[in-house]
Amino acid sequence: MTTQAPRTTPETRPDTRPDTNTEIVGQRSRSTEPLDPGTRVALYETMVLSRVYEAAILREYHADKGPGFDIGKGLVPGEMHLSAGQEPVAAGVCAHLTVDDAVTATHRPHHFAVAHGVDLRRMTAEIFGRETGLGRGRGGHMHLFDPATHFSCSGIIAEGYPPALGQAFAFQRRGSDRVAVAVTGEGAANQGAFHESLNLAARWGLPVVFVVEDNDWGISVPRRSSTAVASNAVRAAAYGIPGERVEDNDVEAVYEAAGRAVSRARSGRGPSLLEVHTLRLWGHFEGDAQAYRPDLEELPDRDPIPRYERALRADDLLDDETAERIRTAAEELVEDAVDFAKSSPVPDPATAADYVFTEETS
Amino acid sequence: MTLTDTGATTVRRLTTSKAIVEALAQEMERDPSVIYLGEDVGTYGGIFGSTTGLLERFGPQRVIDTPISETAFIGLGIGAAVEGMRPVVELMFADFMGVCLDQIYNHMAKIHFESGGNVRVPMVLTMAAGGGYSDGAQHSQCLWGSFAHLPGMKVVVPSTPADAKGLLTAAIRDDNPVVYVFHKGLMGLAWMAKNPRSLDEVPEGEYVVPLGKARVAREGRDVTVVTLSLSVHHSLDVAEKLAADGIDVEVVDLRSLVPLDAETILGSVAKTHRLVVVDEDYLSFGVSGEVVATVAEYDPSLLATPARRVAMPDVPVPYAHALEYALLPRHDRIERAVRAAMTS
Repeated sequence: MTTQAPRTTPETRPDTRPDTNTEIVGQRSRSTEPLDPGTRVALYETMVLSRVYEAAILREYHADKGPGFDIGKGLVPGEMHLSAGQEPVAAGVCAHLTVDDAVTATHRPHHFAVAHGVDLRRMTAEIFGRETGLGRGRGGHMHLFDPATHFSCSGIIAEGYPPALGQAFAFQRRGSDRVAVAVTGEGAANQGAFHESLNLAARWGLPVVFVVEDNDWGISVPRRSSTAVASNAVRAAAYGIPGERVEDNDVEAVYEAAGRAVSRARSGRGPSLLEVHTLRLWGHFEGDAQAYRPDLEELPDRDPIPRYERALRADDLLDDETAERIRTAAEELVEDAVDFAKSSPVPDPATAADYVFTEETS
Repeated sequence: MTLTDTGATTVRRLTTSKAIVEALAQEMERDPSVIYLGEDVGTYGGIFGSTTGLLERFGPQRVIDTPISETAFIGLGIGAAVEGMRPVVELMFADFMGVCLDQIYNHMAKIHFESGGNVRVPMVLTMAAGGGYSDGAQHSQCLWGSFAHLPGMKVVVPSTPADAKGLLTAAIRDDNPVVYVFHKGLMGLAWMAKNPRSLDEVPEGEYVVPLGKARVAREGRDVTVVTLSLSVHHSLDVAEKLAADGIDVEVVDLRSLVPLDAETILGSVAKTHRLVVVDEDYLSFGVSGEVVATVAEYDPSLLATPARRVAMPDVPVPYAHALEYALLPRHDRIERAVRAAMTS
């Protein structure tokens, strides 16, 4: 990743603190009961797996872009939006799901795919554009569809929300307690699709959990410049549904808030909105120099994974040996997936026009 | 209701709207995963009569009034289809595609492809199209060519009550997303001028018209008119008139734009060697150009005279009656084009 010296001006500095005169409706403090040790370590494991995954994709993506940087070159071409720093959101939410629940993610989807249990081999093969990929190389990293886990994502801001309504609708009609989780970023909360979806889900009592990942930045535009309210959680009130905002990218706070929202949806009490103030550790996409960003130097200190690791060590839930075992296991899984992708065949150009319609399936 | 097979059908006359309702009712009876969603489709019965009586028969769990949130409820249809339901979703006017096109062309139409064939979206998106009643530039467009231009959705445009039933039945059973466009002037509505052929024979019982098969609505030797929807009837009227002058017009009703039945088009032009395309959608970059290109790419020497196009000029549909009718592809323009094809 390329970085340049940040410009720091009052105009571009993101003020991520809530406006002093705006009450954050629905923000709740952590419960005083500690989570059970198994859950805490599992949350850590999920976050580590996700980060190891993104680090491997980062490595492979930049391995052969040169000389210089040509976005269309290499084994992994095209735009690449990596989720490092946002792992607490996916880990905390997906811990409450099974593969029978649906997730619709965004253009930055890998952490949710990893946390929801999408097959790493087939996902990686898709990112490498291989025939063994989730979409046989037709989709790419913003268009991952996995029927086995009811996972999908969309490259269009906010437009993953409406299909989640339909999955939830189908679950509800069949009398199941399955839920759909719909994810967007904070920039999407200003799109019509976001508001239409909240209204419809609320009115029909659909089992949806709407998740907003507030990473402060809509590419280069800080949330404060784009959004009239300090917390998108307050927007839930407009649709008569619960809204919560989790500050500090705290995976355990996400876990608890998501637990309330998922439980509400499963028990037929309708949708909820959960915003998490998270962190975009890397650029909007790879190759983004982030010259607009004044906080680059602070980022390493805000990385949620070392922070959580310290907390677990302080509570004697993690030692060097366990941490090493977790990291090694993650690396083995991820490198196996990368090897699988690299050794898989590229799609036959003669099949480039296949799969437009079901009749054209080879 | 007992369904009979096609061989045992009898005929009676229905309006296009009643034929649509009959297809929906029969498919909802046959398959509990079929639901109908849209604005004013419940108590009202559809602004253009597409769902009259269905709410009473199937209840609010399957005939569902939505908020005015096309992006949300079309997306909902997509998600439900992905999970195995067969939603029929009504966009009240084709013109409203602008508020929800992302769900249609980036999601409904692309998910099957992007998933490498692993995810199917068996959904029908119905919509009303067409002008002729002074509804102005935002409520009178056809736009079927715009949908057909974007890959991943089938597009069907019935012109008769029987086809309206048979094509809708086929669309609901199809595993692909299908855009189903009905012309308001063909629905047989009491409150709008309607073509006399809006009321016609419709087979009772199960009736399927395969997607992608054009229909020769009138056989003729001298000139081929390729057309669709309401324009089929204007073309048939012109053909009858010109028969008196010894011009024998063949009228090909496309019925489907995607897939396009090139074979029927080429077969007809190979016989008549003259081509007129009549389309109420905009002239440029659309259906009429596609039909001419289909012939030109196959064998330009099929044409003894230059192909002619009678379409909506590249002009927003005007409000004033006199202005709108100056631009619509009506009988006078079709007749002039056919006569020109015969003489030049």
